[in-house]
Amino acid sequence: MELKPLIKVEGMSFGYNRKTVLDNINLSIAAGEIVTLLGPNGCGKSTLIKLMLGLLSPARGGIFFNGENIMKVGSKALAKEIAYVPQTHKSSFPYTVRDVVLMGRIPHKTFFFRYSRSDLSIASDALERLSIGHLANRAYTEISGGERQLTLIARSLAQGARTFIMDEPASGLDYGNQLRLLDQIIKLSREGYTFIKSTHSPEHALWIADHAIMIKNGTIVADGKCDDVISNENLFHLYNARVSVLKLNGSFRVCVPQTICGCTKHSHSPEQALVTIAEKTKDMDQKRRRFV
Amino acid sequence: MKKSLFPVLFAILFITAGFSLTLGKYPVSVAEMLRFFLYKIFHMGNMTDEAVNLFRSILFDIRLPRILAAALIGSSLSVSGAAFQAMFVNPLVSPGLLGVLAGASFGAAMSMVFLKSWFAVQIFTFAFGLIAVLIAVLIAKMYKGNTILLLVLGGVISGALFTSLLSIIKYIADPYNQLPAIVQWLMGGISLVDRSTLLVAGIPQVVSIILMILFSGYLNALSMGDEEARSLGIPVERIRMLLIFLATLMSALTVVLAGMIGWVGLIIPHIARMLVGPDNKVLVPACAFIGAIYLIVVDDVSRMLFNVEIPIGITTSLIGIPFLIIILRQAKKGWN
Repeated sequence: MELKPLIKVEGMSFGYNRKTVLDNINLSIAAGEIVTLLGPNGCGKSTLIKLMLGLLSPARGGIFFNGENIMKVGSKALAKEIAYVPQTHKSSFPYTVRDVVLMGRIPHKTFFFRYSRSDLSIASDALERLSIGHLANRAYTEISGGERQLTLIARSLAQGARTFIMDEPASGLDYGNQLRLLDQIIKLSREGYTFIKSTHSPEHALWIADHAIMIKNGTIVADGKCDDVISNENLFHLYNARVSVLKLNGSFRVCVPQTICGCTKHSHSPEQALVTIAEKTKDMDQKRRRFV
Repeated sequence: MKKSLFPVLFAILFITAGFSLTLGKYPVSVAEMLRFFLYKIFHMGNMTDEAVNLFRSILFDIRLPRILAAALIGSSLSVSGAAFQAMFVNPLVSPGLLGVLAGASFGAAMSMVFLKSWFAVQIFTFAFGLIAVLIAVLIAKMYKGNTILLLVLGGVISGALFTSLLSIIKYIADPYNQLPAIVQWLMGGISLVDRSTLLVAGIPQVVSIILMILFSGYLNALSMGDEEARSLGIPVERIRMLLIFLATLMSALTVVLAGMIGWVGLIIPHIARMLVGPDNKVLVPACAFIGAIYLIVVDDVSRMLFNVEIPIGITTSLIGIPFLIIILRQAKKGWN
């Protein structure tokens, strides 16, 4: 049975000043999915994200959220459903983390507003859910990039949205923070949140995403289950780089760049390297069993 | 601290204003002033008619309008400065960004030369303040793109236009009577404020300050950039135009009341940010109080420091410059 799509993009095109940026885009996203948008710089990922947030209006075609055209849904109503997690950025003013999270309550407010006690407790809950409650009174400008990204996710939670659209959330984060960010995305996804995120790292997609969409020169070149879409051929087509997608024991997959793997420092081809790793793990498993 | 903040600021404002009433050429002690007020309001104590009239003329007719004007001007400039800094995502922006002060100065100078009626001067000052900002906004609307940047550029163009027009007026003005009047106007001074002007300019100022405080909840989100603010469901364009209108209204009216007074709209938001933090919901009302207190004090300094009154625009810049240098050190933290 086909799931009813949460977001459906139908025959959508968009351009800036007569230059077409996105051409005839069709895609459909189910509730609870983690969707990754992949594509080289300037392929139209960010524009697609802005269109799905209703920040730009399509020239042709439409974007439907739960069957309704998002251009016809009011911006406030849309903000209660879809939240935007921008690329990690600094604000010009040192607002506290709590103040930033409280901004998520604005769609729930009327014309003149003050935050109520319940807004404050929603904001604290959101921070606690991401285990950054201790940052509440810190200046948003002084915490790390990873903490800022978590703060923006907390704001999206406070917003009450169930769909998060993230523009390269891992960019500019150190390795540990990238992994922690992915952890949080998985955790929230298990609770039923939908994630649409763009990334430059196919591995991140392989690790956590269910659904991958590849965009090149403003058109979708591959769309489907992550493990099917992210293949050697598709990655070569998309990035013009030779990469081997390897399957480790179980279903876990990694990307190994062929050019680097075959050069002097690493004399094995990616596939040979994988076999060695697998043998070593088997070896270790046997040793461990002997100990037990 | 935050709960007691506004009562404390209000008390400081009240005391500063009260104490300023006693300052001036004719010495009035605090005790005398209190006795006069007690007699006037509660009919307590005894005073001769002559003394009552004297005090009434000094305190009510001369000093009170001036102090109220200083408070309103300080509030208006600070509140519009804080709002502009948030809206334009730049802590170094002042209320003159979109050309309101340049336009208003031109309006004032032109009407001084060609129309010669005080009422016309006030109308034209106000009108050209609004026109200058309208031109800036229209220039920004002509192009698609980064609206904030385009607005700033529009403001630069509109400001430059009216500054050059002002130079033309200065050039053709009669150098014996009109030119000195224009120059003095541009230096700013509260001494010309009378009760009726204060009433006409003050009411819209108070209303727009209150509205700005009510809208201040949007400013935090606006200062995160347009896209983020819109993704939070804020009708960014409409809110920004409304806030620009309110800020322009109050700044243009300060020029109507007292000519050009610089620096207040830049420094007070920084001082306030140091005291209460950057959250605009607290910052904007705090600016209203702190700006009022600051300008009352600066006006006291302007009229008391020397035998001759110094135009307040000069005093605010002289005090403002070292202040800004100190503040830069403090505020740098959050900017990088």
